[in-house]
Amino acid sequence: MATAVRQLDQYVEAHGDLRAQRLKEPAWLQRMRDQAWHEFRAQGLPTTHDEDWRFTNVAALERIPFRRAALAAVANPVTIQDIAACRIDGALCRLVFVNGRFAPELSELEALPDGIEVINLSEALTNENLEAHLGRYADRERDAFVALNTGLWEDGALVRTRRGAAIDRPVHLLYVTASNGAPVMTHPRTLIVAEATSRVAVVEDYVSLGSGQAFSNSVTELVAGQDAVVSHYLVERENLDAFNISTLRLQQERGANVHSHSILLGGGLVRNNVHPVLAGAGAECLINGLFVGAGQQHLDNYMLVEHAQPDCSSRQFYNGILDERARGVFHGRIVVHKDAQHTDAKQTNRNLLLSDDARIDTKPQLEIHADDVKCTHGATIGQIEEEALFYLRSRGLAESEARNLLLHAFAAECLDRMKEAPAREFVETLIRERLGEMAARHSSKRREAIESETEVAQSWEEVG
Amino acid sequence: MSLLEIKNLHASVDGHEILKGVDLTMNPGEVHSIMGPNGSGKSTLAAVLARRESFEVTAGEALYDGKDLLAMKPEDAACEGVFLAFQYPVEIPGIGNAYFLRSAMNAIRKYRGQDELDAMDFLPLFREKVKLLEMDGALMNRSLNEGFSGGEKKRNEILQMAMLQPKLAILDETDSGLDIDALRIVAQGVNALRSPERSFLVITHYQRLLNYITPHFVHVLVDGKIVRSGGPELALELEEKGYGWAEPDQVPA
Ligand SMILES: Nc1ncnc2c1ncn2[C@@H]1O[C@H](COP(=O)(O)OP(=O)(O)OP(=O)(O)O)[C@@H](O)[C@H]1O
Ligand SMILES: [Mg+2]
Repeated sequence: MATAVRQLDQYVEAHGDLRAQRLKEPAWLQRMRDQAWHEFRAQGLPTTHDEDWRFTNVAALERIPFRRAALAAVANPVTIQDIAACRIDGALCRLVFVNGRFAPELSELEALPDGIEVINLSEALTNENLEAHLGRYADRERDAFVALNTGLWEDGALVRTRRGAAIDRPVHLLYVTASNGAPVMTHPRTLIVAEATSRVAVVEDYVSLGSGQAFSNSVTELVAGQDAVVSHYLVERENLDAFNISTLRLQQERGANVHSHSILLGGGLVRNNVHPVLAGAGAECLINGLFVGAGQQHLDNYMLVEHAQPDCSSRQFYNGILDERARGVFHGRIVVHKDAQHTDAKQTNRNLLLSDDARIDTKPQLEIHADDVKCTHGATIGQIEEEALFYLRSRGLAESEARNLLLHAFAAECLDRMKEAPAREFVETLIRERLGEMAARHSSKRREAIESETEVAQSWEEVG
Repeated sequence: MSLLEIKNLHASVDGHEILKGVDLTMNPGEVHSIMGPNGSGKSTLAAVLARRESFEVTAGEALYDGKDLLAMKPEDAACEGVFLAFQYPVEIPGIGNAYFLRSAMNAIRKYRGQDELDAMDFLPLFREKVKLLEMDGALMNRSLNEGFSGGEKKRNEILQMAMLQPKLAILDETDSGLDIDALRIVAQGVNALRSPERSFLVITHYQRLLNYITPHFVHVLVDGKIVRSGGPELALELEEKGYGWAEPDQVPA
């Protein structure tokens, strides 16, 4: 343990530096942070011996001397023009954070409609009591990254919709890392509270400006009250040196309907944790994702769906496209608790491997404590079908264009599940750019054609 | 000059020799029909001409419009005017029919140095052909062939052909799976395209299609070789007597 602590010097140092800020916070939050820090020091970072981290090695997060960005940097490295390039057409508002700190001059918060509050978290804490929700859901005892975030977050966002409010346009939360040389770490914290029968969509968007190395460790807690309808989008488009660990914890009350969309296009090492708890009868969740990797990218998706009450349904659909030496992981775990009768849970993971060196590990896991449940899962791993490619080319489309179309068609399944047009169109543009790059690279590197999609012969791993 | 001149064509799939020396010459404006038993290599010949790269040409040559067809990629052959109506059209979820067809037309137009069509130019043309083939317009908003019935897929192939206006159209069993009305509609679609410059290679098992599209020549392909050629009457004779009869040197087993 002593060596582990020494190797985590960078985080210990950050924790010490934040002492002054913490002292100004409410007592309950100080206690929570102390407790979380204690957990983090006790656990250290996970290793590949940890079953939940078998496929993803985070040793680099111990090795690399990440620091908090210097306060009062000479000048804000990010300009309005940089941010303009990242905007979402049709968004309701935009909250921008640079290196984990709120940047009011880059944000757009004018004229919010009634029924919604969008504010940076540290500001919100000065005049509201968030104790009922903040830190109540994400598991800092079992998850070292949640503990680390809880100890070290400097700022983040609060989005709250009031009972019955219907907010049509999506809220854009833009988390920018701009490191000029020295590796930077941030621990953004987001709290989304949708009160009963309200409706809202939030896009959490991770971007890097410049080519520096960064580690972003975010935690988002989303509470959907009774019959609330909420969409959450996670967009990871950082540079290929970025480390991104994100945890989305969904708490769903009776009849709440939540859609989680994860779009992983960038980042060098990405771990995307999505953990809904269907805590009220009749709640529904859709967990939709697309991950696209090339080069040495490592994209790990860890889903933990907990059915705690009867008559809930969950749908997981993840599509992966991996090229070159990229590696993907899809770990889909479903836990059905004792009271969760009539659970209907479905999980599908489809993957396209565009090179012989690309790799996907897909692992369904089921833990059932109720007796009247319906759970299905399926995973496929395939290549672009030679016959489909020939069909398109036989009509005159160049090979790169035909490939591009087929990759798009594969990604379109995920896009079709996104109901909010501004968010969908934004994501679609990003995907189009990313796939265009990949298709162009491919047809220059002639490959022999391989066909067929293999069903992954694999059954549920029964646990517990 | 002939439009297509195939000499001693040999081709293999996965190391198995399927075409074992095919010779065939087609002039502009001619309709040739190829008949032959299941597995004799008809679709293989069609795919090789459309330049499917997983089918390996091991010997022989094919000149198309005086150019070396076998050196072309599938998209180049298409842009030069070769069209294959597939025996089993491929379903591609996620790609819209109309969007795909416009992309294909524009790829070909670009190759020929013509301006690209925008949606305004494209749509009236497209609607006209949809009507010609008596297709359900709603189908066209769906993904490429996805969930189409067998007959709808075949009609969609002819719709694509009508839009792309090829010089050499190869129809691989376009008639199989069609009901009598659809057969007539498809045949009308084909006949509407017949012209002194355009040639058709019609692969079929049945005389019934040839009642509508009268071929100039009929060839019989058996075990990767053309064993007999003749006029339209050959198809009738085959229907009556079977393929065994067509092979002059057939030794009864
Ligand atoms: N990938 C492959 N590997 C081995 N043999 C193949 C392959 N593809 C096709 N063949 C064989 O090639 C032969 C010719 O097939 P082809 O599809 O050209 O026949 P066809 O004349 O079109 O038959 P049909 O009338 O049934 O459509 C068949 O015996 C078929 O089994
Ligand atoms: Mg055939």
